[in-house]
Amino acid sequence: MNNNIKADKGKRPLAFFSAGCDSAAHALRRSVLVALWFMFLTFPIMVIKVDTVNKTIDWRWMNLLWIGIGSFVLSFVWRWLLERKELQKDQVSTEGPVERLLTSASSIPAAKWSLLAIVGIAALVFPHLAGMYQTNIMISCLTYVALGLGLNIVVGLAGLLDLGYVAFYAVGAYAYALMNMHFQIGFWTMLPLGAVLGAICGILLGFPVLRLRGDYLAIVTLGFGEIIRLVLENWGEVTMGPSGISGIDRPMLFGHKFGVFDSITFMYYIMLGLMILTIFFVNRLQNSRIGRAWLALREDEIACQAMGIDRTKTKLMAFALGATWAGMAGVVFAAKTTFINPASFTFWESAIILSVVVIGGMGSVRGVILGALVLILLPEYLRAFSEFRMLIFGATMVLVMVFRPQGLIRAKRKVYTYMGRKTAGAEHG
Amino acid sequence: MVSPVLNVQDICMDFGGIRALDEVNLDVKAGEIVALIGPNGAGKTTFFNCITGIYKPTSGDVVVGRSGDSPRRINGIKPNLVTEIGMARTFQNIRLFPSMTALENVMIGTHCRTKSGIWGAISHNRKARVEEQEIIERSYHLLELVHLEEYANELACNLPYGKQRRLEIARAMATDPFLLLLDEPAAGMNPHETIELKELVLGIRDVYGISILLIEHDMKMVMSMSDRIFVLDYGRLISHGTPQEVSGDPAVIKAYLGEGDDDV
Repeated sequence: MNNNIKADKGKRPLAFFSAGCDSAAHALRRSVLVALWFMFLTFPIMVIKVDTVNKTIDWRWMNLLWIGIGSFVLSFVWRWLLERKELQKDQVSTEGPVERLLTSASSIPAAKWSLLAIVGIAALVFPHLAGMYQTNIMISCLTYVALGLGLNIVVGLAGLLDLGYVAFYAVGAYAYALMNMHFQIGFWTMLPLGAVLGAICGILLGFPVLRLRGDYLAIVTLGFGEIIRLVLENWGEVTMGPSGISGIDRPMLFGHKFGVFDSITFMYYIMLGLMILTIFFVNRLQNSRIGRAWLALREDEIACQAMGIDRTKTKLMAFALGATWAGMAGVVFAAKTTFINPASFTFWESAIILSVVVIGGMGSVRGVILGALVLILLPEYLRAFSEFRMLIFGATMVLVMVFRPQGLIRAKRKVYTYMGRKTAGAEHG
Repeated sequence: MVSPVLNVQDICMDFGGIRALDEVNLDVKAGEIVALIGPNGAGKTTFFNCITGIYKPTSGDVVVGRSGDSPRRINGIKPNLVTEIGMARTFQNIRLFPSMTALENVMIGTHCRTKSGIWGAISHNRKARVEEQEIIERSYHLLELVHLEEYANELACNLPYGKQRRLEIARAMATDPFLLLLDEPAAGMNPHETIELKELVLGIRDVYGISILLIEHDMKMVMSMSDRIFVLDYGRLISHGTPQEVSGDPAVIKAYLGEGDDDV
């Protein structure tokens, strides 16, 4: 029975009604069962309503009907989508519609450059067209792009699962806040220093976890993240404890101080610049000798060593370079909010950054950008649905993982080709 | 007398109370093909792991050196340093990087012979570009050597088994070794592929002057191509010599066929 289904799966056109089932009758039966099950599950919360004033119970039978119809219809859609995904798995090229559009756009130089120009101009004029609120949201979104791209080096390229990434972010932010408070050191001096501090912390974390992989590494890095947060919270004399540090200087431009509104616009441009810099660096790194070594390390550690790659050096480099971006983003974050406290650096932040990378597509620069846009902007614009906000957010994450486990945009690597005496690498960044 | 490129003296390897290798002596001279044979579980792969730095031998000496260079004791140094010195290996259960292309797999092999670092990667300066080109060129030529050039941009996991084995040899060659360690290179190959492999290995020795130490179960191949053979059984070296000497040795026949003393 099952074999027959598998055999003619390729030939059979995908019927919406009976997708994933033997026949229409079977599909109908399954959907009815699903509907009944959902009606049963939601019965207590959706139907029964206790009126405590009149001490009566409202039986909202109409709700039950809606749930029944809704889940009945949705079960067909769900099976159809699952079936379609199964069918596509067998095909050689499984590019999603977005990926296909991007590929075809980037294959034509004119289209590619004009697309880039449109995006660039849109990004440049954004703070002047949109209000302060929108610009603020966009700044935090860009911060997450930078953070995501940094974590992408560690998780996506080198395959080291890091759950304490926010610690480096905190290091950068606190470094700027403290230096600014005690020594009046400016933003532009601290930006590179924050990067260096992040890298040093990355190496410090990297050393003890060199031998660990996968789940074990995740737990240790999770612990590291918590240690940093707890130190910030409890070392009152230095970090001001849970009350945080306020009155951090906003960045200046050649000694010119901006007002509150202009400084947000300025911040936006700084963040945009930092993001472009990150994209540039990560792209260059991943298509280099070091990037290849990271990929190899992710695939097979023993073979990697047997091929002469220094595991210690390569891993530490990944940790350090990943943490560099977090350190810089931290400095920018402190300068933007002018107030920081340990509550901004909880595990939740690490989880969100990791989700940006995983949902966007591990190892894919374009994917991480899209992931950050979706994950950071979605909850903001869903504020209209207030109480369902996080529900929709969670459901989106689940759906993306079910239907696109490889992420929204899959990683595409440089294709190396050999052309006679001269060689060239065709770029497919 | 040609100096040995690999000289192993009285090497022992204990795992807890089990002695996997017991005072094994082995040497490979420059330009030689040496085979290490023995029944399953005799300790052949353990021997490979000991001399390539994956295990640290309990006692004994592993001394290597490019012919002409001063030999060096390498007990317990890291595997990547062993490869840097010039001993490259393949694995019994193929260990390619599955989601990288064939060409990229070979390019990884050149890692320890190239230098460009973070700065080179980011600035993409002239030196890094030239080096990158050389890597691609060299890797492609190695693919040609093992007749895989048409699969250069095929993912390693999509290659058939026999081709994966040859790709592994190309990858090991990319590290520019003076001694190639092949762990069962012909396992799972059909007779035709085995003959091709034999020609490849002989070619590597003749053209590049690389010495070869191989573990193999295919006796026809071992007997026809090796200069000398070492036989391990239960972690002990029970015989060594030319193929003729070894195949006539009663101890070897006993180890392989398990004949009683009376029948010999």
